[in-house]
Amino acid sequence: MAMSQSAVEPQPAKAAHAAFESWGRYPKYNANIVPLNWQGDFPGVLAGLHNGALPVGLGRSYGDVCLLKDGNLLQTTGMDRLLDFDPETGILTAEAGVSLAKILDFAVPRGFFLPVTPGTKYVTLGGAIACDIHGKNHEAAGSFGNHVPSFELVRSDGSRRLCSPTQNSDWYAATIGGMGLTGVITWAQLKLRPIVSRKIDYEGIQFHGIDEFLDLKQRYQNVEYTVSWVDCASTGRNFARGIFMLGEHSKAPGELKPSPEPKLVFPFDLPGFALNHTTVSLFNSVFFHKQMKAHVKTVQDYEPFFYPLDAVLHWNRMYGSRGLVQFQYAIPWQHAKEGTIAILREIAKSGLASFLAVLKAFGEIPSLGMMSFPQAGIMLALDFPIKPDLTFPLLKRLGDMTLEFGGRLYSAKDAAMTPAQFQAFYPQWQQFAQYRDPRLNSSFWERVTGGGSTL
Amino acid sequence: MSTLVTRPLDAVLAASSEAVIAKKILVLGATSGIAEATCRIWAAQGAQLFLVARNAEKLAAVAADLKLRGASYVGTAVADLDDTDKHAELLTHAVNSLTGMDIAYLAHGILGDQARGEQEFEHAAQIIYTNFLAPVSLLTWLANYCVQRHAGVLAVLSSVAGERGRKSNYIYASSKAGLTAFLSGLRNRVDREGVTVITIKPGPVKTSMTAGMKGAEKFADVNKVAATIVKAIDKRVDTLYVPAIFLPIMFIVRHIPERIFKKFNL
Repeated sequence: MAMSQSAVEPQPAKAAHAAFESWGRYPKYNANIVPLNWQGDFPGVLAGLHNGALPVGLGRSYGDVCLLKDGNLLQTTGMDRLLDFDPETGILTAEAGVSLAKILDFAVPRGFFLPVTPGTKYVTLGGAIACDIHGKNHEAAGSFGNHVPSFELVRSDGSRRLCSPTQNSDWYAATIGGMGLTGVITWAQLKLRPIVSRKIDYEGIQFHGIDEFLDLKQRYQNVEYTVSWVDCASTGRNFARGIFMLGEHSKAPGELKPSPEPKLVFPFDLPGFALNHTTVSLFNSVFFHKQMKAHVKTVQDYEPFFYPLDAVLHWNRMYGSRGLVQFQYAIPWQHAKEGTIAILREIAKSGLASFLAVLKAFGEIPSLGMMSFPQAGIMLALDFPIKPDLTFPLLKRLGDMTLEFGGRLYSAKDAAMTPAQFQAFYPQWQQFAQYRDPRLNSSFWERVTGGGSTL
Repeated sequence: MSTLVTRPLDAVLAASSEAVIAKKILVLGATSGIAEATCRIWAAQGAQLFLVARNAEKLAAVAADLKLRGASYVGTAVADLDDTDKHAELLTHAVNSLTGMDIAYLAHGILGDQARGEQEFEHAAQIIYTNFLAPVSLLTWLANYCVQRHAGVLAVLSSVAGERGRKSNYIYASSKAGLTAFLSGLRNRVDREGVTVITIKPGPVKTSMTAGMKGAEKFADVNKVAATIVKAIDKRVDTLYVPAIFLPIMFIVRHIPERIFKKFNL
């Protein structure tokens, strides 16, 4: 695979097709980009703009939750100032457009780390709140919003609210996981956690089947970070084989340098035929057997542990310009096992399976957001290449199965939920709609509320 | 090989003394995109900064950020730099707050509206006042302060636009041309007194000033521009084109005969 050397700062995908793309590069919509560089810019920037607007960050959500067809995308990445840090409590106050990567650059040399981190550090603080993202430590830490003591929310009518669990608590709950629809977050607090080293004590354990996965989850329930890779392409003896990965921040004091800039950029869009059943199965076998032994223990840097794909900027180009769609569910324990087996079977049968599918248990800590995705049970996430006649019917079936098993899908990863599915997954959606800012909208919201919802 | 003997020792001494003593830097127009990016680098080096800007809220956010990034001191003053009558008072306060000054960084300026300036002299005069006359007032005070101490760096943001007037921005360009000429003369006067004058000529840079301009996504990255500026100030260069490609580009632009240039649509 050819990689070109470049030290460019990660930017939202360039304007080859659309001015702003989501990470899945599907769907593609035209929009007008309006930068927000200062906390006072909104709502003044709306003057003279037609159609709706949507605050966005680095465009790392996958579907249309960060898009607004023919609307105005208020890009917050210029609002990236750090405002206050209390080393005693670990509470950082920063403008909402700062990326988690820049927060790490600041925090790690001072002996602190993100309380919750997704699989990429190129998301903004505001985006992490708006999607109420989760990480490998969900069982121990809950989701991102659980570590946000307060933030400021500015509405298009010019009102500014300080939101916390005790002040404007309804706005606080609506905005965490609120997909940017409740207003613009200008600044937020984040409670960082202490570390003494960049290193992660890592263990990787092979498993075959969901029972073995559940046994491992039970046996290692006190380990902070757990996540599994699972092979969705194989059937028969290799069905649901995978690697259970565990990590803890090393207790041995070590160097606390900031990370270097990434050097590899995926240089061009691969043609659509490059990813097919054969190449994907091959990749999955190689990945499974890369870990030769059934059980490995090692110490590694946090970058490859948390952000293996960040090392290659624009890796989504691997799926070609047609893009990819993600599918991610959380099914409660009651039906988690049978649901996961049934859905994995359906995926394997389809032959559309992707590279890394991620399997993880969500813990009991409730999310604070009204529309948050995580719930105790099993979570599965995977990519599908877009084959129009096959992918969307499959996603419809998988969505219906998720509903049958009492689960729900993740808005930030979705490009295919039907309005009926969304409204069943999130029956509180109409209550949430009352908090939506009348000037803000997203293509996701238009799609899943059946369009034209102007509550 | 023998030339290697003297230089490295000087360089080592200079580098080590720079690392130990925090630079005292006065920044005028501190909320401009290029100034803020430059200050983040200085802050990480532990510099002492005094920031001047017009908007109090923006200035407060920038100051808080630079303090967290490691600046050993951050002082601020809210001021409209068009108010030249107040310059002496402002600069006195800044230098007293910093307990001295090693570098003055002049980064304030406006792009203005060319089309409006073609119709309204008031607007054209405003562009020239802010970009040229106000810096002349500031530099007069600052140069005299530095000359009596035989030390100091005056680093000033001009622009490649000042190299030649074009129909699309000749009012802005002429304000910067005036500034560049002033700096050249000032350097000629004060260099022998131990004072460094640096003329910084950025090409188009991605900042809020240029947001929405045609081709803005291809403009230079502000953080790279800032890193180049910090290095150039450390090296005490006279003139800096940034990105460097603008040195040959502007050489060509300056040498196109007027009878041809006047036909261009630039």
